[in-house]
Amino acid sequence: MAPVGPRSGDAIFANVERVNAELFSLTYGAMVRQLLTDLEEVEEVNKQLDQMGYNIGIRLIDEFLAKSNVSSCADFKESADVIAKVGFKMFLGVTATVANWDADGTSCSLILEDNPLVDFVELPDTCQGLYYCNVLSGVIRGALEMVSMKTEVTWVRDMLRGDDAYELRVKLLKQVPEEYPYKDDE
Amino acid sequence: MVKEVAESCVESVMMEMVSAYCNRFYANKPELAARRIEAIGYQVGHQLSERYTMERPRFTDHLDAIKFICKDFWSELFKKQIDNLKTNHRGTFVLQDNRFRWLTRMSIDPVPVIVTDSSQDPSSMGTTENKAGQATSMHLYFPCGLIRGALSNLGIPCAVSADMSNLPACSFVIRIKV
Repeated sequence: MAPVGPRSGDAIFANVERVNAELFSLTYGAMVRQLLTDLEEVEEVNKQLDQMGYNIGIRLIDEFLAKSNVSSCADFKESADVIAKVGFKMFLGVTATVANWDADGTSCSLILEDNPLVDFVELPDTCQGLYYCNVLSGVIRGALEMVSMKTEVTWVRDMLRGDDAYELRVKLLKQVPEEYPYKDDE
Repeated sequence: MVKEVAESCVESVMMEMVSAYCNRFYANKPELAARRIEAIGYQVGHQLSERYTMERPRFTDHLDAIKFICKDFWSELFKKQIDNLKTNHRGTFVLQDNRFRWLTRMSIDPVPVIVTDSSQDPSSMGTTENKAGQATSMHLYFPCGLIRGALSNLGIPCAVSADMSNLPACSFVIRIKV
């Protein structure tokens, strides 16, 4: 079978417009800080970050498909691989590892050791319930939904909470068959 | 090597931040949304100028600091310098970027001039009838805050406004408080 696309995002990342990662992490950090002040509840901040991520994901998928030349993935396993090796690399400049598949191949973990979102970040005691990187889970959920995969994305490990890596659990809930807006015989 | 991310990451976060504040959190209070977005920019500008000036000698005067914004600071953010700097030599500086990156991907009706200042409400917002113009001007509160934060970290309190009546050029007007 023909490969679905590039096996790594290195070449794509080298060719996209890039900016100083500091600007990104500081902007995101300042936003989270302001959200904590304005929304008050940590739970609400988690929810809004996820929502923002979702909105970003449903747009970012177009850029991803346009620049990566990835054609349709055969299954969820392949999709997870592409996200980890190509998706993360081409936007954040880092690569994730796919691990911990369940028996029926419908849920896996994406593990990040290097995460540009959290440079300069330390959570105070008052924000212990905060999923600082929740925007990422939203992005993945939004992007996958646009290519017909309904998923649930949750954090398993978080270095800001003292774990040794960032681990996102991606669970495939439903594969929606692609619908075309037209019929051939009409 | 300097760590980098794709430009679309920053653009996405900024767009989503503006849209969340303007359409969800403060949908009926554009002046509050504007102030929050400016505050986020201020915070970032403050931190960035701290980092970018770590190994420099102190600035000798206001013009020296403004030149740092035009050259080094702008280059770090946009990989280019400010194209034109004007001043009346009495505390007002106009910085023009002929092709301001953060607006180049937006489709906009050119309209307003916005003003940000810690001590007063961004008053032009309420009078802007044009919705699209208003939405775009919301995106300028972030860079205005960024500049104000950067200068404030250098010990220069000021008000910053933006004028995008000549797109894709954008001018930032800095009024130093005395």
